[in-house]
Amino acid sequence: MAHTVVMPQLGESVTEGTIGQWLKKVGDSIEEYESLLEVLTDKVNAEVPSPVSGTMSRILVDEGAVVAVGTPICEIAVEGEGAESDAEPPSEAKAADAASEPKTDEHDTSAAPAEPSPAAKEGRGRYSPAVRRLASEHGIDPAGLTGTGSGGRVTRNDVMKAAEGGGRKAASASSASAASSEARMPAVAGAPANVEEGDDIVQLSPIRKVIAERMVRSKMTVPHAWLMVEIDVTGLVALRNRLKDDFKAREGASLTYLPFMLKAVSTALRKIPVVNAQWNGDSIVMKKRINLGIAMATERGLMVPVVKDADRLSIVGLAAATQDLAKRARSGRLTMDDLSGGTFTVDNTGAVGTVLTYPVINAPEAAIVTMESVVKRPQVVGDMIAVRSMMNCCISFDHRVIDGAEAAQFLGELKQSLQAYTADSTL
Amino acid sequence: MAQMTFLEAIRETLRQELARDERIIVYGEDVGVRGGVFRVTEGLQAEFGEERVIDSPLAEAAIIGTAIGASVNGLRPIPEIQFADFIFPAMNQIIQEAARMRYRSNNDFEVPIVIRAPFGGGVRGGIYHSQSIEAFFAHVPGMKVVIPSTPYDAKGLLAQSIEDPDPVLFLEHKGLYRSIRGEVPEERYLLPLGKADLKREGKDVTLITYGLMTQLALKAADSLAEEGIQVDVLDLRTIRPFDKEAIFASVKKTGKVLIIHEDNRTGGFGGEISAVIAEEMLFDLDAPIMRLTGPDVPAMGFSPPLEHAFMISAEKIVEEARKLAKF
Repeated sequence: MAHTVVMPQLGESVTEGTIGQWLKKVGDSIEEYESLLEVLTDKVNAEVPSPVSGTMSRILVDEGAVVAVGTPICEIAVEGEGAESDAEPPSEAKAADAASEPKTDEHDTSAAPAEPSPAAKEGRGRYSPAVRRLASEHGIDPAGLTGTGSGGRVTRNDVMKAAEGGGRKAASASSASAASSEARMPAVAGAPANVEEGDDIVQLSPIRKVIAERMVRSKMTVPHAWLMVEIDVTGLVALRNRLKDDFKAREGASLTYLPFMLKAVSTALRKIPVVNAQWNGDSIVMKKRINLGIAMATERGLMVPVVKDADRLSIVGLAAATQDLAKRARSGRLTMDDLSGGTFTVDNTGAVGTVLTYPVINAPEAAIVTMESVVKRPQVVGDMIAVRSMMNCCISFDHRVIDGAEAAQFLGELKQSLQAYTADSTL
Repeated sequence: MAQMTFLEAIRETLRQELARDERIIVYGEDVGVRGGVFRVTEGLQAEFGEERVIDSPLAEAAIIGTAIGASVNGLRPIPEIQFADFIFPAMNQIIQEAARMRYRSNNDFEVPIVIRAPFGGGVRGGIYHSQSIEAFFAHVPGMKVVIPSTPYDAKGLLAQSIEDPDPVLFLEHKGLYRSIRGEVPEERYLLPLGKADLKREGKDVTLITYGLMTQLALKAADSLAEEGIQVDVLDLRTIRPFDKEAIFASVKKTGKVLIIHEDNRTGGFGGEISAVIAEEMLFDLDAPIMRLTGPDVPAMGFSPPLEHAFMISAEKIVEEARKLAKF
C-alpha cells in the first residue's frame, strides 16, 4: 500500500517550507530514516527522513514549491503490501483497510494522530484562563488558532505566537509593497563570475543560498549606518581571569567575555529601546522581549541562534545558554526555535581576531553590534600612559529606525556597563 | 571556600554559633557522648562541655518543654529531636506553648528555640524513621518551618533561625546529609527566612519544592532540558513563612506549575501553595496546578520496592513535568 508522506513541522513556529531538492526519484528504493528531500525554511534547511521502507511511487510537489506543514508531498509504496498495483494505489489501500478493519472511521482516527482527538473536539471553546486573557488582550479569537497542546489544545504559547505573527504579517505586507517599489527600479544583475579553465565550481548548498539571499536583501533594502567605540575592559579581563578556573570547575563551561557582553547589551537595550525595534514600512515595531541572536560560524555556514529573554538571565545563565547553543550549532542540532525570534544580534568578531568590522544587519532587526578582539594598548589615564586592555565595539544600524545619537547612546551604555567591572565584581 | 557535605555544614554552623553566643545550648537524645545518631553533633560536647551540649532523657515532651522554659529565662536552646517521627509526644509543647507564648503573654515573653530534626525517607528507615512532618507545623501561626536543600543554604538558614526570636522548626532531610556537597563560606552569614531561591531558570514549567526534592528537581531539569523543556526550579527554603512573590513571578512566566513534596498528598503543604496560586494568579494559568507527592498511605514501607514506590524520584518529576509542558 502507498504511504503518504506529509510536510513535517520543522519547529514550533514554522508553518511552511520550500521544497529544496528531491534526493529520491520515483522508482528509487528507500530505507526507513533515509533522507527523502531537503526542505528550506527561513533560516535553515533540513533533510526529511523517510518514515517507512519502500519505493518512491509518486512525488506530489515540485522543487521550489512552498508547502504548508501537513500537506502530502510524496507517496511511498511499502514493499510486500501491494506495491505491484501502481495503477490504483488509493483504491487498493481502501480495499485492504475495509477488509481488515470494518470500522474504517476508528481506523482513520488512529492512523492520523495529527488530527485532534474526539476529546479535544469536545474541548473546543474551552480555554485556560491565561489563553482567554492573552487572546482578549491581543484581540485574537482562539477558536481560529491551531492548538499545539495535548489533544490540539490552544496553549498560552499558541496565543503569544499568534500575537507575534500578527506583527509579522503586517511586516510582510509592507515589505511586499517595498518589493513592488523596488520592481520599478531598473533591475541590476550581479556581475557574472569569470570562469577559466582549472577553476572549480562549487554548487550552492541550500544554506549558502539562504545566506546569500538574506545578505542581499539586507544590504539592498536597509540603509546601513555605522559607529564604533573603544572600551577599556581591563577590569573585566581581571575579573574573568580571577573567576575562570573556578567557573569552569563549577559550571563545566568556560567563562568567556560573551555573557558579559550579552548582559551589557540587554541592559543597554532596556535603556535605549529603539535599538530593539524593527522597521515595518509605515511604522516601527518596538519589541518587548529582548532575544539576542549570536552570529556563529559553523562548518555548514553562518548560523544565528537566539538567546531568548536574555535580559532575564544572569551571567551564569547567559554563559550556560550560549555554550548550549554553540555546542548544538557545531553538531548541527539547532532547532527552528533556536534560530527564530531574535530582536537584536551580537557578533563576536573578536573570536576571529579582528579589531574593526562593518557587520551586515540581520533584517528585520534594526541593529547589530560586534565585540572585537581584546588587545593591550597604551592609553592615556589621567596624565600618564598606561597599558590597558581595550576592546572595540562596532554597531551597524538601520538609519530609518535609529538615529546616530541613539546609536551612540546605546554604545555609551554598553561602554559604561563593561567598564564598570573590576577584579572584585561578583557575578 | 571549603567543600562540605550538608551534614558538615550543619555541624560547623552549630560549632560556630556555640562559640559565638554563650547562651546557646544543644541537647537531645545521644547528641553528646555519641555525637548524635547521624554524627551531626560529633565533637561538640568535647569542645563546649557537658553543660552546653547535653545528653537528654528519652522524652521528647520534656526536651521541648525544658527548652521553652530555658529560652524564656534567657538561654537560646537548640534541642534536637532524634528523628522527626518522634516529635509527636512534643507537639503539645511546641504548638500550645512555644508557638503561642508571644501572643499569649502580649509580647512579654518570647521563645527563641530552634528545634532541629532529621526527616524524610529513602534511607531504608521503615515506618518510624522516614516520615515527613512539615505540614503539621506549617499549619500553626507562630511557628517557622525551615527546610534547606544545600549545604550553603543550611548554614545561612540555621544561623538565621538561631537569630530569630521565635520558635523555628529546622528540618534536615536525611537523604541530603552525606549525598550533597557544596561550597560553604567560613564566615557567618544569614539567609532570610521566607525568601525562596530560584535555583534554575526556565520558561516552560515551574517546579516548586523544598529540601531533598529540590536536588531531585534540579536533576530532572537537566534531563528535561535535553528534551527541550526548560523549567524554573523554585526552592522555597522555608514553608512558613513562604515566598509568595517568588512563586507568583515564576507562575507569571510559565503559566504551568508542578508542586513537589515527599509528604503525603492530602493536607500536604502543596495544597496551600496551590490554593494561593489559584487565588492570586488565575489569569496567568495555562494548565491545572499539579502536585507530585508521596501517596496517601499510612507510612513508608521498609521493603525497598515499597519505599521506592513511595519516594519521589527525578524520573517521576521528569514524567509529570513533561506532561505539563505538553499540556
